[in-house]
Amino acid sequence: MNLFNGGNILLADIPVLTMEEFRQEVLYYCHSGARLQNLFASPENSGKVRLYAILGFDEEAQIRVQSTLVSSDNLQYQSLTPVLLAAQNFEREIAEQWAVVPLGHPWLKPLRYHSNYRGVEDLWADIMTRPIPGAYPFYGVDSDEVHQVAVGPVHAGIIEPGHFRFQCHGEEILHLEIQLGYQHRGIEPMLTGNDLKRSVLLSESIAGDTSIGHSTAFCEVVESLTGCVVPPRAQVIRAVALELERLANHVGDLGAMGMDAGFLPSSSYFGRMRGDYLNLLLALTGNRFGKGLCRPGGVLFDLDQTMSDDFCNKLVIYKKEFEDVSELLFSRPSVLARFENIGVISPMIAKQLGLVGPVARASQQERDVRIEYSSGIWQFNHVPISLSATGDVYARALVRRQEVLRSLDFLLKILPTLPKSSISSPVGTIKPNAFAVSLVEGWRGEIMHVGISNDQGGFSRYKVKDPSFHNWFGLSVAMRGQQISDFPLCNKSFNLSYCGHDL
Amino acid sequence: MITTILIHWLLTLLFAPFFIGVITKVKAVIAGKIGPSLFQSYYDLARLSQKRSVYSSGVTWVFRLAPMIVLAAVLMVSLMIPIGIFKAPVQFAGDILVLVYLFALVRFFMIAGSLDTGFSMEGMGASREAFFSCLTEVTLFMNLLALGLLAHSISLSEMIGANYPVSWNLVGPSMLLIVASLFIVLLAENCRIPIDDPDTHLELTMIHEVMLLEHSGVDLAFMMYASAIKFLIFSSILVPIIIPVKSLDPFINLAIYLGGMTGLAVLVGCVETSMARLRLDRVRHLLLISFALAFFGLIVTWWRA
Repeated sequence: MNLFNGGNILLADIPVLTMEEFRQEVLYYCHSGARLQNLFASPENSGKVRLYAILGFDEEAQIRVQSTLVSSDNLQYQSLTPVLLAAQNFEREIAEQWAVVPLGHPWLKPLRYHSNYRGVEDLWADIMTRPIPGAYPFYGVDSDEVHQVAVGPVHAGIIEPGHFRFQCHGEEILHLEIQLGYQHRGIEPMLTGNDLKRSVLLSESIAGDTSIGHSTAFCEVVESLTGCVVPPRAQVIRAVALELERLANHVGDLGAMGMDAGFLPSSSYFGRMRGDYLNLLLALTGNRFGKGLCRPGGVLFDLDQTMSDDFCNKLVIYKKEFEDVSELLFSRPSVLARFENIGVISPMIAKQLGLVGPVARASQQERDVRIEYSSGIWQFNHVPISLSATGDVYARALVRRQEVLRSLDFLLKILPTLPKSSISSPVGTIKPNAFAVSLVEGWRGEIMHVGISNDQGGFSRYKVKDPSFHNWFGLSVAMRGQQISDFPLCNKSFNLSYCGHDL
Repeated sequence: MITTILIHWLLTLLFAPFFIGVITKVKAVIAGKIGPSLFQSYYDLARLSQKRSVYSSGVTWVFRLAPMIVLAAVLMVSLMIPIGIFKAPVQFAGDILVLVYLFALVRFFMIAGSLDTGFSMEGMGASREAFFSCLTEVTLFMNLLALGLLAHSISLSEMIGANYPVSWNLVGPSMLLIVASLFIVLLAENCRIPIDDPDTHLELTMIHEVMLLEHSGVDLAFMMYASAIKFLIFSSILVPIIIPVKSLDPFINLAIYLGGMTGLAVLVGCVETSMARLRLDRVRHLLLISFALAFFGLIVTWWRA
């Protein structure tokens, strides 16, 4: 069954295939150009568990939803991972959340540490009594000459907790396993239920640096299910905030990459410029990270004429500053020597892993929700896609630089011509027993929210997918055969979210 | 004798942290920040010396002894180096050997102390330090030999006090090679960019800093003081070669010395802000370049002097 971004469908209309058909369909489409955007499970009243696969056809802007039932007495199915690498994290998540066994999964460990949502026996008996991810086996390399380096979960900088286990031969990394799960808060079960006013606040906190991205996705799910049409002005204000969020984070990332390469001047200038964009968000929403702006039906704060003139004047200055400072960074031979040929992800690997966002675009993958699954203002204002082919740290830096410039151009273009309308329209009640999908291109990449409604005006299942969920595995793969001293720089070039992954 | 030694140590301890402060200030200013005070290193040392050292239950006496040996050895080296107008209290033919091997002792105890913690990242730092210091040690030796040829002596004091205006005239090109090589050695031995990054918080990339991670309180103050004195020692060797001007007035001489030292610290700060750190596997190339410079410097000096 096909959908567009922001579309919805009755649950009963989603085809229920047999397990074998489901598997064949997913594999068929994924090998003929589609992308596994999501794979998750949801409980049925009958006690069975229903698996949903969401496949994205980037060129047609279509989203295909498939489902199958796993019977209640024998909760297992043939794992897709051995033939479809992009499914590996999703299947681990399904096993952890619903105690459903993907048979033949090559590395079946839980992603997070909590008892399953069905209230039955967990697949890992000690998951609640031994909450330390280190208690689970790590991929090892057995040799007298190989040594393990364990980093985290407590780090030297102010960053989120995560455990990194390197298998090293001298300075060379043979394998890196990343074990997260320290930030698990149980966002998905909290978002189910009928209290939408509370849920939208929660959605702003899924990942603190992607407040706008996640809250927009949440609002779009609700708006889709209530049939609410968002006024054009509100759509533009959401896009402005989304781009400001992208600008702040991309600029901050470029600075942090300079810092990790040991190049100080650009990092302190970029650090200050990140503050400029956050201050614009503060002026617009009253919060430096844009919390409190997006609500189902529209936005809470208007962007009046004086403010948009002020924004334009400032952005012209910021653009000049950005051009100068990024030239300073990108013209240094010693910086380029650190960036080039480090942490390479080839286009083929990027495709197999199903990477998204700037990381994928740096490996020549044309994936940008704003272009392919455009909704709102993006349907009328196209931003050129920023691609690079080399897939190394340099490419990821270059894509960010390009995206910053294009976002600035976009803002300078739409700010003077804000459509005149109200900023919010009333929200009705949620259509019962329906399934809605929304996609947003957050600064890290494709954010997907899926809401399955119950018949009381709320959600019976809510699925959040942060782009980091795809990309963490990309970081592990990128580090193979690299120098361990290049890891921090490579990690920064991905800059993934821990809490977006851990939910 | 005892008085001169005590005065010499007092001066060393007094001046050393200042130049580290200069580097930090220069880096901050070029990066567009105000930066900490020039005397921040003194405050840091004062703060640390009031704190108790914390030891992990897994460490042995090697770890506890290392900071003391490191500071003591560096202070012994400082006795062989003239500070401005103050002559070195200890000088004898062949004291360059003592200098090089006292630094080797420092390194041995730093490495032993860091391996003693059993922390995998300290081990990586130690192995990097051991590898890179193999390359700098021989370069330092060759440079000192070349200077010894010019000074007709193998005593540090006479080398540093040699008549360099004549040498610049006689073997200018080889002097340039020696200065360039010594400057790279100074950057490497003092863990500055492009070899090491003293400001990073990333354990996986550190060389020198990672070996200090487990030290705390007074021990850490000892280690930091030792690093500052080491910088002072290397600069005190380099500055009189670069600025071989002497006046009859000792105050002017002292001013030249202090000005030169500050200028060198500013230069190091500029180098640190004008380039990124090298990839770890390229550091050896830079160190081999410094070796090549020293090698040719020595040959030209030998041939002409």
